[in-house]
Amino acid sequence: MPRSTAKLVFFYLSFWAFLKMSLKFKNAKRIEGLDSNVWIEFTKLAADPSVVNLGQGLPDISPPVYVKEELSKIAAIDNLNQYTRGFGHPSLVKALSCLYEKFYQNQINPNEEILVTVGAYGSLFNAIQGLIDEGDEVIVIVPFYDCYEPMVRMAGATPVFVPLRCKPVDGKKCSSSDWTLDPQELASKFNSKTKAIILNTPHNPLGKVYTKEELQVIADLCIKYDTLCISDEVYEWLVYTGNKHFKIATFPGMWERTITIGSAGKTFSVTGWKLGWSIGPKHLIKHLQTVQQNTVYTCATPLQEALAQALWIDIKRMDDPECYFNSLPKELEVKRDRMVHLLESVGLKPIVPDGGYFIIADVSLLDVDLFDMKDSNEPYDYKFVKWMIKNKKLSAIPVSAFCNAETKLQFEKFVRFCFIKELVDKDFKADIINVKIWS
Amino acid sequence: MDHPPSDFASQLCFSHSVEFVKLASEEADIVNLGQGFPDFSPPEFAVEAFQHAVSGDFMLNQYTKAFGYPPLTKILASFFGKLLGQEIDPLKNVLVTVGAYGALFTAFQALVDEGDEVIIIEPFFDCYEPMTLMAGGRPVFVPLKPSPTQKGEPDSSSNWQLDPTELASKFTSRTKAFILNTPNNPLGKVFSREELELVASLCQQHDVVCITDEVYQWLVFDGFQHISIASLPGMWERTLTIGSAGKTFSVTGWKVGWVLGPDRLMKHLRTVHQNSIYHCPTQGQAAVAQSFEREQLHFGQPSSYFVQLPQYIQRCRDHMIQSLQSVGLRPVIPQGSYFLITDISDFKNKMPDLPGAADEPYDKRFVKWMIKNKGLVAIPVSIFFSVPHQKFFDHYIRFCFVKDESTLRAMDQKLQKWKAELTP
Repeated sequence: MPRSTAKLVFFYLSFWAFLKMSLKFKNAKRIEGLDSNVWIEFTKLAADPSVVNLGQGLPDISPPVYVKEELSKIAAIDNLNQYTRGFGHPSLVKALSCLYEKFYQNQINPNEEILVTVGAYGSLFNAIQGLIDEGDEVIVIVPFYDCYEPMVRMAGATPVFVPLRCKPVDGKKCSSSDWTLDPQELASKFNSKTKAIILNTPHNPLGKVYTKEELQVIADLCIKYDTLCISDEVYEWLVYTGNKHFKIATFPGMWERTITIGSAGKTFSVTGWKLGWSIGPKHLIKHLQTVQQNTVYTCATPLQEALAQALWIDIKRMDDPECYFNSLPKELEVKRDRMVHLLESVGLKPIVPDGGYFIIADVSLLDVDLFDMKDSNEPYDYKFVKWMIKNKKLSAIPVSAFCNAETKLQFEKFVRFCFIKELVDKDFKADIINVKIWS
Repeated sequence: MDHPPSDFASQLCFSHSVEFVKLASEEADIVNLGQGFPDFSPPEFAVEAFQHAVSGDFMLNQYTKAFGYPPLTKILASFFGKLLGQEIDPLKNVLVTVGAYGALFTAFQALVDEGDEVIIIEPFFDCYEPMTLMAGGRPVFVPLKPSPTQKGEPDSSSNWQLDPTELASKFTSRTKAFILNTPNNPLGKVFSREELELVASLCQQHDVVCITDEVYQWLVFDGFQHISIASLPGMWERTLTIGSAGKTFSVTGWKVGWVLGPDRLMKHLRTVHQNSIYHCPTQGQAAVAQSFEREQLHFGQPSSYFVQLPQYIQRCRDHMIQSLQSVGLRPVIPQGSYFLITDISDFKNKMPDLPGAADEPYDKRFVKWMIKNKGLVAIPVSIFFSVPHQKFFDHYIRFCFVKDESTLRAMDQKLQKWKAELTP
């Protein structure tokens, strides 16, 4: 074989080997297209210390003193440095059972009806992996906490979207309760393939707290179509005056088909502890436990013990204004009101949330000149937030990040601000957020 | 109304070791040598590091970076960069996970597809098989086999080897990954350089990803050396190296683990991570970072925990070996890890009919009998084998020797009582 041909053959074989090699190191199909993430992108942009970060839902206020103290005490206890029970540290599941029994008609079995997970995020993952199959449909209400869609897709299922729609009342201030589901539209999304609906109340990003009537509509459909309900209630304690949090699992016919998810991070302002829980009937929780056994096996011991102790302190004083379940929403309502006022004063139109950590605002009225981003085909709110970070040193999260591709345009005028922040208490005339910077 | 589990959940049977741990907790006055966790204190510097993490900056109570608390990824990159002889970028080549268990899960989900083959060496840490199945993969088993020993000579984990021809035959065009565990659980084998070179050459030849579980990397005895396969030529670009703070610093309850690897593989693990748990708890990571910083200063010196721990544990191992031998149990001397396996053939011959289900392997029945009648907990080794091979390895049980002096003395008491009952 002449040398030039040999070289060609060698080159061809090497190229083919390289191609094959690149194919083998490809990702598994389950995560195809799931690699981008709005937080990674925006946290990076907001990382500049001169930028005021009202984006991520991360409290910069201190957790309650007794919560910190409990963890400190526990850090000195030797045997809490080793593995605990995989499905939840015994004293923690007992405390959770005691707490939530006050809301459910029946006793909750701590070993069979509760699972402790790596944050509420981990509960969502366990529930979806444990119960949802390839080919199933899962109803997701738009806007949605952004992980619901990729988690459903990772399980090989199809998300079916149904949007909250705004019906503002003239003269009345815009509030999250103006956003509702159209019952007919919602019903049209259910069919024999519907495995579950994901509910989030209080809602992120809107702050909507579903009413009893709204939940009844959902419950009726779940029962009619024999569908599961995965209810993300991480902000359950953060409900403001005039509103009440209802647990759909307490509605007739719902306990046996609902997984209710809670979060230590949002309950005690300790997002870095990454402890959450799923509560539900044994015949569903056992599948989440199977997933747990094959994913993380167990959660960190000292944090679970500290959480148990903190829960006991507040369980004993549920009617006391000092109980964190009562004091935090009071504290946040004040911050919410200041934030509403602040956003209005700079010409934005906030939607007053009935619950949760966040407030969304219509930014289109400012009609900001985004000339240097006109070539980008990102939604308006993405461009606006990037402009705001760059020019106003203020970061937030575009609400279209909480939408599927088809509904992004419906929500692209909205931006989400987090108000569980120290600076919201400061005098508005102070330098950080100043009306002047907007003029 | 029937709400069946997802396909995955229905395939995964209840974990065997969970079953035995539960059994042990139901009996009073037992000595638990089953599950792998220390019952002595972690080193003071680690405890202090955790106390510092929970009583210092209150912002450590909040989320940190998704892929790892920056001071931790930084120290892991520098510490292991030196060990592996590799430039490691804390952002691209390091992922912090919920224990090494979480790292394994993340790796399987990121890379293994429906129909992919995954080679698993038997005996194996029992989660590798269900994790392969959960990812839709097909486990392909290759056994470590003991060579016959000289009469009177104790068996050793180094005596258990892979047959090179058999190993090569397991690689096909569908092989996606090879799972290596060194030091090995349950056997305690520390793979030699030659053995690793054989695995490496096959992985390169067949373009396979190597997932290496090295949680016991510091628990190596008798002068044996732990070698990370990622440090071998041509292997960094195709290897995911998994480690555990729990086993490194005797803090299994902190559940902090990590994966080190090339960006082109790590990016897929990051995708799984951000769609499963997203963040790991912050304070545990801060404590591990501080602990590694301390070890980096003491590395290679007598004051290093990585020097002191294996020295202490080797004494525990030797104590246990002697005690077990005194009742006619025949331990296989492990070169490393937390565990040793013990041959119970003599008991199988003398008392073959222990209570249990019809097809229940002998070692499981033996362990249940031992828990109930002798007050000692161990784990039957057949659970670390694939179902078709369990019947060939039903005459071994696994003990954990990473225990406090008082636990080992309690074990001695139980064994002496047992010995007394044996002599007529």
